[in-house]
Amino acid sequence: MLQVFPDIKGRFGDFGGKYVPETLMGPLQELEEALDQALEDPAFHEEYHHVLKEYSGRPTALTYADKMTDYLGGAKIYLKREDLNHTGAHKLNNAIGQALLAKRMGKEKIIAETGAGQHGVASATVAAKFGLECKVFMGEEDIRRQELNVFRMKLLGAEVVPVTSGNGTLKDATNEAIRYWVANCEDHFYLIGSVVGPHPYPRMVRDFQRVIGDESRRQFMEREEALPDRIFACVGGGSNAMGIFYPFLEDDVELIGVEAAGKGVHTPEHAATLTKGTPGVIHGSKTYLMQDENGQITEPYSISAGLDYPGIGPEHAHLFQTKRVRYESITDQEALDALKLLTVKEGIIPAIETAHALAQAFKEAPKMSEDETILINLSGRGDKDMATLMEHFQEEVE
Amino acid sequence: MLTKTSFQGKLTKTENLFIPFVVAGDPTPELTVEYAKRLQDEGADILELGVPYSDPLADGPTIQRAAQRALKAGMSLRKAIQLVPKLREAGVEIPVVIFTYYNPVMQIGHEALFDMLEENGAEGVLIPDLPYEESEEIRELAEARNIEFISLVAPNSDQRIQRIAESAKGFLYCVSTLGVTGERNEMSAEALSFIKRVKEYSQVPVAVGFGVSSYDHVKLVNEHADGVIIGSKIIRIIEDGLEKIKNGETEQALNDFSSSISTLIKG
Repeated sequence: MLQVFPDIKGRFGDFGGKYVPETLMGPLQELEEALDQALEDPAFHEEYHHVLKEYSGRPTALTYADKMTDYLGGAKIYLKREDLNHTGAHKLNNAIGQALLAKRMGKEKIIAETGAGQHGVASATVAAKFGLECKVFMGEEDIRRQELNVFRMKLLGAEVVPVTSGNGTLKDATNEAIRYWVANCEDHFYLIGSVVGPHPYPRMVRDFQRVIGDESRRQFMEREEALPDRIFACVGGGSNAMGIFYPFLEDDVELIGVEAAGKGVHTPEHAATLTKGTPGVIHGSKTYLMQDENGQITEPYSISAGLDYPGIGPEHAHLFQTKRVRYESITDQEALDALKLLTVKEGIIPAIETAHALAQAFKEAPKMSEDETILINLSGRGDKDMATLMEHFQEEVE
Repeated sequence: MLTKTSFQGKLTKTENLFIPFVVAGDPTPELTVEYAKRLQDEGADILELGVPYSDPLADGPTIQRAAQRALKAGMSLRKAIQLVPKLREAGVEIPVVIFTYYNPVMQIGHEALFDMLEENGAEGVLIPDLPYEESEEIRELAEARNIEFISLVAPNSDQRIQRIAESAKGFLYCVSTLGVTGERNEMSAEALSFIKRVKEYSQVPVAVGFGVSSYDHVKLVNEHADGVIIGSKIIRIIEDGLEKIKNGETEQALNDFSSSISTLIKG
């Protein structure tokens, strides 16, 4: 029997905790109490699952990728279709859960951070749905790169706050969102988009994403009358991976988290936090991160904005340290190749983030036997990545 | 009988304390020494020497800018601590508290940090993102090494106020308003009643920071608390002189600095 994590101090083994300014200790305590009460209340679960079903379209499908399986030869490949969620990715599961909690706590204003804009869009969406005021903090550089998502958020009625500090990316947007929350915590709810941040965020986001793994387990048993042999998921902050891994932690299932190797883990341009990083504290949590020898946090790089984060959720750090999950890394080019392959073989255009998990699975599948099975979390669809994909594939398709 | 820490030995009074904050290396390590000397000349009782950090969660834009300038000048936690002997050589005698975020501390290691603080003669350390619940080991080490671990307490610390205040060492840093550091225009009635509550429990001087930016604030705070901590406003004054420093008029910039500090503290 695995020990239950996090413990009462919000730790996953050596990782997690609350490394925050004193002014946030009160609001975090308030959040923790509200979350505990909500999770023990059957009415809250009922409402959450009702919204997931009627608004987001859950359960999402489990798709047998027969063409990919034939093409690669080896293990049977299944896809958990989080791309079929409303707004196009797993992010909405968590946004719905936290928005319902915000309402329950009587907070009418939410704030969120976003990198590529997927979590920003999910937050703006639930804000519109539940009548909340929404501010999304987004780095100036990301605003420039993700014009379309910025417009989506504004159209949904959210205010997009440009962040100019640091390099103007997700790390800085998160800093600014935390600073704003410190100053306005009395009536604002901070809706974090991944399994990162101080306790209880990593646990809360995991619990709102575990629906992915719970559904997968049921669907897999129906189809195969067994659990998958291996599960693959991409990891930036790590919420889609925690969501699908968590219900399988105690089973004899191999779990593989796939980080972004950018231009290669032997270059400075990557976002492979566990592969290349070291333990430290980022955004209120002890975990692995990318930093220099003086403990200054460094900028990551990946073609996929959603994996472009210098930290990783503390529970992943724990699963890495205890070797329960194997972490691999995939370069930009390998991800693009896998994306293209799935698109032509299965008619599914995945997000570039997701393509990292696909690439690793496609490497391993041919080496496995035909009676083994693989489950890949297809965390999001590629619509948001068309500009990037056009840069890479325009000539090839014409 | 309790032995005095070197911090307590050096502190000459316990009220109307003036506790300035500067970022080590902003804009250069040499100028930090000059500013510190001038601050002492204008009556500073304790110096908070800030270590620049890439991701300062508890700081507003002014201090973030200072940190960026200092990082550009190559400053680090190690170098900031090594600046303390240079402060002493220049005649800065007041207690020095190293203000650093936790991640650089974690990279150096707890024991090694206190070795360095001891070797270089720093009297205290303040880690704004290491709240009471996460700081037990560091507090014990600080006590064993006779170095003051400075705690912060906020109006929304609620039932934790008593525990934090009673265990405070050196001085207790009261966050006067919710929010990150920065200049504000007035002190709220709530802030003042909070200070009163903290004072009931604290055995050490209670100083107020986060938003003290004018002589009127200083006067008001000193009526209720034992001292003021001033950060952002001092950085702004430093920034006012950067142009002159760039043009080689360093002496003039330092004299302007002294007179602005004097106006801030003495009216």
